[in-house]
Amino acid sequence: MIDLHGFGGLLAEGTWMTIRVTLIAAAAGVSLGIGVALMKLSASRLLRFLGEVYTTGLRGVPVLLVILLFYFGAIAAVNSVARTLGYTEFIDVSAFAAGCIALSLAFGAYAAEVFRGAFQAVPKGQIEAARAIGLSRLKTFVKITLPQVWRLALPGLGNIFLVIMKETALISVVGLDELMRKTQFAVDYTKKPFTFYLVAAFIYLGLTIVAMGVTALLESRANRGFAIDRRQA
Amino acid sequence: MKNSFKILAVAIAAALAAGSAHAETLRIATEGTYPPFNFVDASGQVQGFDIDVANALCAEMKVECKIETFSWDGMIPGLNAGKFDAIVASMSITEKRKEAENFTQPYYQAGAVIAAPRSVELETTPEGLAGKVIGVQRASSYGQLLKAKFPETKIREYDKNEEHNLDLAAGRIDGVMAQRLFMQQWLDSEEGADFEAKGKAFFDTEYLGPGAGIAIRKSDTELLARFDAALSTIMSNGVYDEINDRYFKFSLKPGQQQ
Amino acid sequence: MNFQVMIESIPALLGGVVLTLQLVAVASLVGFVLALGVTGLRLSGKPWLVAPAYAYVFFLRGTPLLIQIYLVYYGLSQFPELRKSVLWPFLREPWWCALIAFSLNTSAYVSEVMRGAITAVPRGQIEAAKAVGMSAVMRLRKVVFPQAVQIGLPAYSNEIILMVKASSLASTVTLLDLTGVARSLASETYMPVEVLGLAGIIYLIINFILTRILRGIEWLVTPRLQSEAGRIAKA
Repeated sequence: MIDLHGFGGLLAEGTWMTIRVTLIAAAAGVSLGIGVALMKLSASRLLRFLGEVYTTGLRGVPVLLVILLFYFGAIAAVNSVARTLGYTEFIDVSAFAAGCIALSLAFGAYAAEVFRGAFQAVPKGQIEAARAIGLSRLKTFVKITLPQVWRLALPGLGNIFLVIMKETALISVVGLDELMRKTQFAVDYTKKPFTFYLVAAFIYLGLTIVAMGVTALLESRANRGFAIDRRQA
Repeated sequence: MKNSFKILAVAIAAALAAGSAHAETLRIATEGTYPPFNFVDASGQVQGFDIDVANALCAEMKVECKIETFSWDGMIPGLNAGKFDAIVASMSITEKRKEAENFTQPYYQAGAVIAAPRSVELETTPEGLAGKVIGVQRASSYGQLLKAKFPETKIREYDKNEEHNLDLAAGRIDGVMAQRLFMQQWLDSEEGADFEAKGKAFFDTEYLGPGAGIAIRKSDTELLARFDAALSTIMSNGVYDEINDRYFKFSLKPGQQQ
Repeated sequence: MNFQVMIESIPALLGGVVLTLQLVAVASLVGFVLALGVTGLRLSGKPWLVAPAYAYVFFLRGTPLLIQIYLVYYGLSQFPELRKSVLWPFLREPWWCALIAFSLNTSAYVSEVMRGAITAVPRGQIEAAKAVGMSAVMRLRKVVFPQAVQIGLPAYSNEIILMVKASSLASTVTLLDLTGVARSLASETYMPVEVLGLAGIIYLIINFILTRILRGIEWLVTPRLQSEAGRIAKA
């Protein structure tokens, strides 16, 4: 057994923080992705342009840089905006908030592309049919489009989830106490970099396996109807 | 799913509301990777000389203090942005930093040394260090000093002091320039046994300043005065000496050195 | 915004760009060669070759690149024996460590792209090629390879762009790539937003140009795209 020199608890705390940040970024990123995908598919040229700027910008810049920018820059920006709105109390953007925002934005940019593809893959005929039998636009979207988009987007979203989970390690650079930084504390204290980074690597690997399992489960659920169809055919 | 939304809601609420200044809770930043001044132990607690001084000052000022760890190169931007109210992290008072922040009087005076393998002759002169690779922490005053006084030296910048020590031990770099007491603690440890401080310690106030001080935002002049007064008190009433003796064999009190 | 600081940072940042591009180019090349080997193992059909190749890909794709770099750079130096070995002259240099980590990392992702592209070539074609008496090498060269390149290239282009972004982690092991220079300047000037923002814009420009070049190559090796363009031009 590997000797963790009493740092096991600290690593567990870090792992929990990593999981929290990943889940927040995923939840925010999925909503953001749907929104931006709709912008990119809208008739408005301005919305399409804004959507394009967002996805190109965030997909073209390293996440490390985005995190650093948010950590250093967002506070000043947020507070100056708040002050012009007449809000005088100080608003803090912690390493946690900066990391969550940066990763949510990155998740959103990748997810937008996945959702755009998925929206386009829903047959137009179905939407026309739904409208023809008198479903409202909103109902058509919620009842016909979204469930299918979810099914089509799931594999892509699963991949993004795995990428973002690993990128949470970068928030350690601005001092968030997630798994990577807790590992560094252990390395500083014990001078055993190989041991602890390897342990951390296997924790990430474990998280990856769990995430892959959950994705597979969600996919098989979303594909229920399709699996039966194929068997009957 | 419900849970992650709850977490999201909490995060947003925290991000938006956390900062609103509660009456008299001071937020103090330290680094946590600078033993024996500030470091994190296996239980996750931040400890060290800086922390004890900060707590003594807060007790003296009768305020509550929340000490948290931040990355070194984010300290001054973080203070300016308002993430915290004071930095107690062994930060040297330098002219350059004074453009960005105010400092209290120095609370200790340490100087800097260059450490290198015992087996290697190393003259700490511009010629002796020419072409040598010396590690320093990114955004530290030692990099500035090396650049100015040893222009031929190759400087390698690290995120943390512990990392340049790992690299010195591994033999990746010829030497390290860092604060004298921090290095002494490492040289006395098992990892640093084959290394020694070369030449004389540096006390160039032009680059290193008069010692380590507590950094306060320029606009918080009242807080600065209170910190200064509290510092004077603990340095004269024995509290400082008691903390000093917990960590060091000799006094770090400014003006009592060398 | 302090534009003065931004303008003054440009020369230093461009110096960082050179190192960034160099790391990306060499790591992509080495990663590609490694990926060929790994893909070969994975498609060999022999379990004792497939399993280690699978583990290799799974480990490198399942752990953060930051950890991989730290393992190579700080981790390996934990072993004194290694410091006395012939490998040390390389492993002591951060440039080589970053290169090793980047190459290994990208090789895992690229081998996935290759595997996907090769298995996407219809089986029937390979059987047909066998039936007309083509040798294994001939089949690979004339049937599988030309199609796999077309199928895999878009995904491969994506990997190169990801490599450009991933190279920013070189700054965590003291290298002065674009991000490293930007972080140094940010801490010297105390103007992080200006300097880091400018670095971000430079990354965007690099990726924009690179995407164009890669699209051009895709077009060159895909006759279908060319004939479509021809048809549109004629119409």
